[in-house]
Formats: sequence, structure tokens, C-alpha cells
Amino acid sequence: MAALAPIDGPAAVSDWLSGWRAGPGDGTVAAADWLAPARAAAAGRFAAHGLPNRRVEDWRYTNLSRLTGLELDWTPAPAEVAKESLPALVFGREADCRLVLVNGQVRPALSTVPALPAGTLLTSLADALAAGRQDVAALLRERVAVDGGALKALNDSWLEDGYVLIVPDGVTVEMPIEILSVGTGGALPPAYQPRNLIVAGAGSRVTVVEHHVGLCIGGYFANGVTDVAAGPEAIVRHCKVQDESKEAIHVALLDAALGRDAMFDSFCFTLGGGISRNELRVSLDGPGAHCRLNGAYLVGGQQHCDHTTAVDHAAPETHSDQLYKGVLDGRARAVFQGKVVVRQDAQQVEGHQMSRALLLSETSEVNTKPELFIHADDVQCSHGATAGDLDAEALFYLRSRGVPEGQARQLLVEAFLNEAIDAVALAGMRLPLERNVARWMAERHAT
Amino acid sequence: MLEIENLHATVGGKPILNGLDLAVAPGEVHAVMGPNGSGKSTLSYVLSGRDGYEVTEGGVLFKGRNLLDLEPEERAAAGLFLAFQYPVEIPGVTNMTFLKHALNGLKVQRGEEELDAMQFLKLVRQKAKALGMSDDMLKRAVNVGFSGGEKKRNEILQMAVLEPAFAVLDETDSGLDIDALKIVADGVNALRGPERSMLVITHYQRLLDYIVPDRVHVLAAGRIVTSGGKELALRLEDEGYGAFAARAA
Repeated sequence: MAALAPIDGPAAVSDWLSGWRAGPGDGTVAAADWLAPARAAAAGRFAAHGLPNRRVEDWRYTNLSRLTGLELDWTPAPAEVAKESLPALVFGREADCRLVLVNGQVRPALSTVPALPAGTLLTSLADALAAGRQDVAALLRERVAVDGGALKALNDSWLEDGYVLIVPDGVTVEMPIEILSVGTGGALPPAYQPRNLIVAGAGSRVTVVEHHVGLCIGGYFANGVTDVAAGPEAIVRHCKVQDESKEAIHVALLDAALGRDAMFDSFCFTLGGGISRNELRVSLDGPGAHCRLNGAYLVGGQQHCDHTTAVDHAAPETHSDQLYKGVLDGRARAVFQGKVVVRQDAQQVEGHQMSRALLLSETSEVNTKPELFIHADDVQCSHGATAGDLDAEALFYLRSRGVPEGQARQLLVEAFLNEAIDAVALAGMRLPLERNVARWMAERHAT
Repeated sequence: MLEIENLHATVGGKPILNGLDLAVAPGEVHAVMGPNGSGKSTLSYVLSGRDGYEVTEGGVLFKGRNLLDLEPEERAAAGLFLAFQYPVEIPGVTNMTFLKHALNGLKVQRGEEELDAMQFLKLVRQKAKALGMSDDMLKRAVNVGFSGGEKKRNEILQMAVLEPAFAVLDETDSGLDIDALKIVADGVNALRGPERSMLVITHYQRLLDYIVPDRVHVLAAGRIVTSGGKELALRLEDEGYGAFAARAA
């Protein structure tokens, strides 16, 4: 492992990193020979970056310094989780296909994986590497070598397990693939860094629904990275529900590369986490590629949530649409940072983004930062942001018709979020999401 | 049914109602007419309990209860309904959802049993049909993209479904062409009954050709300056408000 350069921030950082220095794993991965040097190189990058601080432009609004105060178990032993307890963690859904990760490691005994269409692979990264899957190794090796900032480097340096989904050319997987990530601790709260991979072959179709929950008390740390490669005309739908414990620090990066006429549809629903960041980087590499990035969040108390996106229109006739809508209460803070780059040769491009926030309390706050870098001339790009309270006129209208105030507020919040939730016409997720909005509002009014 | 006594109200510290007296008995339809700025809309908002309208003197009894002590939803549960001059658009909430929450909100407050989905659907469809409203309009978001006439018709639909004991119609005629006016007036007339009273607030006499009032009151500078039978509306039309307003001074 590379020697550590000094890291920005308090002296506690070096103590905090002592667990990290020990390195991952105890040989559970039958490591390919490229893996150890790749991890070491990543460790060097992390050391060079240091933990992100607010002087780094991308991290101006999200402060991770709380991380350094946490005592974490970087190599948590496999924890006992009862399979019967799982449906309660995912809105009571009984999934036809569910892969369960505990502290970032795939647990086959807790999972339910039925027969999938021929050639489709859903497994753990460790198993895929151990089985000598060259396609997985080659893609991962390429992605791990990319310097994508400090937290990606940290994840790269820990590369060990996660989920792998490979859908061959022309295959449609009808059944939504559910991924359930559970964080659970022993004496110390865990730190875990799953590395996931979704490869969708040309013309394939697949839907992934991720749930992220925590069973442990205290501030645990999840730092996941998901690489997505969508071939020509592939359609990948990705729905993520982040319902971690309110003390957790949840950081996730999804990096998608899209081929010609491919479509990537992402929806992120954020309820949990003390500090959370969901970062999407989408590269529209092939002409006609299209991505839709939507999000809805409900945060209160002291929660901080950050949605950061970067869309690279690297080819002509590529489209991106982004809509993030959130409701904040208490002293919650939300961040939306959206970067759109249109390359010089990428003509006839459309890129739209919108961020809307409802502030239910005087003490909540939202920071929005759009960044557009347009180097082509035949381009339609737009961005916008709003922040405000519930519409007083609509509230009075409802009440004057006999709807009690609490219920009227709930209805208006649901209506506000529906625009973003409407976009998730997938995998029967609409109703569970709406129920969560109702639950959140009910809990809010109970306090 | 409704007794308003010496009502004074301010908006943003500015006195708008200055000692208004008005009593409406069960089954009666009263019209309140007046020029712009006379306090017509303020009266409707004070009655329905909108924020920002402060009552500084006087009171309102509704079915023997002090109306001004009640929250807007409690006034609705007591049987009061305001048909808005400018119906509010609510993106993301369908007409059906709106009506269902309203009707069941009233029923829960009154300790009555809520309607189930089928009963509710049947009721709303039947009322909508009578007003010439399509299923499509019921599925659309409340008033979003509705024409002026459709919005007013939607107010009357709400009234028909909620069956209030007392309805205040605030300039329901404004922005309506004659055909829409007839449909709306028919809807209102269908709801007239011995136990239901109405206060029709309007600038013009025209509406009163279709909704014929038992009493007409002229409002000027925040007070009722004269009252009479339905023929008073015709006199107003001939003589204008000027002569009446002068009496308020």
C-alpha cells in the first residue's frame, strides 16, 4: 500500500484512517493479479486528494468532516440478519428477485435469485472475479484506473465485493432486479464500500431497484460506487430508495456510459441518512443517447442531502432531462448541483434541468448550483430552480372545502412530489413511494 | 341561519367593512351588490376564514354558533361554502382526489361514515353529469388548464357534491358568457331548497335574472346602505351605484 501523504483536515483523520490502512479483505477475493496494484494506486490517489473538504468546489455545500469523528469498523464480520425481517425493510415488498448485501457484501443465503433469461448474470463481484469473468475484470480494471475524486479513490482502494448484473445483447429482463443493501454493526458501526457493475448489452432492457437501509444505531458509513455500461439501444432503468438510518453517512457515485441510442433512466428517492450524497455522472457517448435523471427527497431534523449530477453530451443528438424535487423541514439542508457539458461536435443536443424545493420550516435551506458548459452551437439547454413554501391559496382552498389543515398540507406535498414520482412508472414503485410520502408527513405532524 | 352584526374588518390595517349588518333565514337567497371596492369579496373571505382578514368589531352567528371562532375547515363542516371568485389551481391533485378529501373531511368532522370508493364515484359522476362535465374533467388536476367557465362550473360541482347549508357565491358570474352563465345558474337553482340559504355576491344585475333572490342588499363603503326585494337590483341597473354610495357617506 502506498505511503500516505498528509491529508487535509483535523489530525483525527490519520487516526480515522488507521482502519483503512489495514486494507480490505482477508483473501475472500481470489484476487486477480491486477487487483492489488490497482488498489494500491487508488490508495495513493485518495491520499493525494485527501478527504473532500469545502474548499473543493464539488464539495462546497456538503461537509464530510463529521466522518473523521466516527469510529468505524472497516472490516465488519458477517452479521446475522434474519431473512424474514427483510420485506419490512423494503416497504413490505416480496420481491421475485432480490439480491441482498449486508455491509456491502453479497449474501446468497438471504437472497432470492430465480432463473433469469439465458446469459444474464446476477451475482457478487467477488464471485464473478473468482470465476474468472474476463468481461467483468476488463471493465472494472478500466474504471478503477480512472481518477474520479477522493471518495471514488477510497472505494477503488477497497475493491472487494458488490453486485454484478450483466444482460447480454438483445435480452429483455422483465422482472425488476431488486438490490437490498443493509448496514448493520457489531461493537462499532461499519464502514462499507460496495463496488457494483451493471452491463447492458446492445438492445437489452433491464430495471434495477435498489433499497439502502440500516439496522444499526450510530453513524455508519456507506461509500458505494456503481459503474453502468449501456450498449447501443439498451434501456437501463435504475430506481434507488435511500432510507438509511438518520445518523448514517451515505455517499454514492453512479457512473454511466451510454452507447448509441441507449437510454438511462434514473430515479433517486432520498428519505434517510444524516449526511447523504447521491452523485450521478452520465456520459452520453453514442449519438442519440438519452438520460433522464429524476429525484425526490423528504428530509427533516438535521438531515443533509446532496444530489449532484454531471452529464457529458459527448455525441450529437443526445438528450438529458433532470428534475429534482424535495421537501425540507426542521433544520434540514439540501443541495442540488447539476453540471451539463456539451462538447464541441455534439450538435442538436438538448439538456434540461430543474430543481424545486418546498421549505416547510424557516430553518431549512436549499443550495442549488447549475453549471452549463456549452461548446456547440446547435443546442437547447435550460436550467431552473425554485424554493418556497406551500401555496397558501391552495391550502386555504382545500381547508375551505372541509379538508383539515394537516391533511391539506399532506395532499399538497404529495402533489408537489408527484411530478417527479410520476416519472417512475417502473416496477410498481409508484404506490410504495407515495405511501412513504404519506408516512413522512404523518410522522412530521406527530412531532 | 346567518346573522352578521355590526361587522368591522380590516385588511392589512385598512378598514374595509365598517359596521355591516345582514341576516339570512333558512331557505332564502340574498344578493349583495355593490361597486368595486365596496367590500364584497372581503365579506366572503371573512365569512370563510381566510388569513389576513381581521375582524375588529362585531360578530357573525352561523346556526347559532360564533362563526369567527372556527377554522376554515370547521366552517365548512358547519355547512358553509364559498364559491370562489378566482378558483385556485392545484397542480398534481385531481378533481376526484380533491372532492374525495373534501367530502370525507366533512364527514369525519361531523362524525359521519365516509363514503367508499364506489359510492363516491357514483355520486360525483351523477353530479358532474347534471352540470355537463365530462369524466375527463374529473381526472384533470383541479382547475389547471380550465377555462373561466369550466372553473366556475367546477365550483358549482363542488357545491353540489358537498351540499352545504349555506353557500356564498362570490362573483360567480364574472368571466362567464351567457351560455355558461345559464348552466351555472341552473346548477345553483337545482340546489335551492327550504333548508339551504345562499348569499349571491355580484357586481351586475344580470346574474339575478337567472338566480332570483328573495332580498337584495346594496353594499357601499363596507356597509349595507339599502335593502329591498328583487326589483332593487333593476333600479340599481338603471340608476347606478353612485346614488346609493352617496348615502353611505
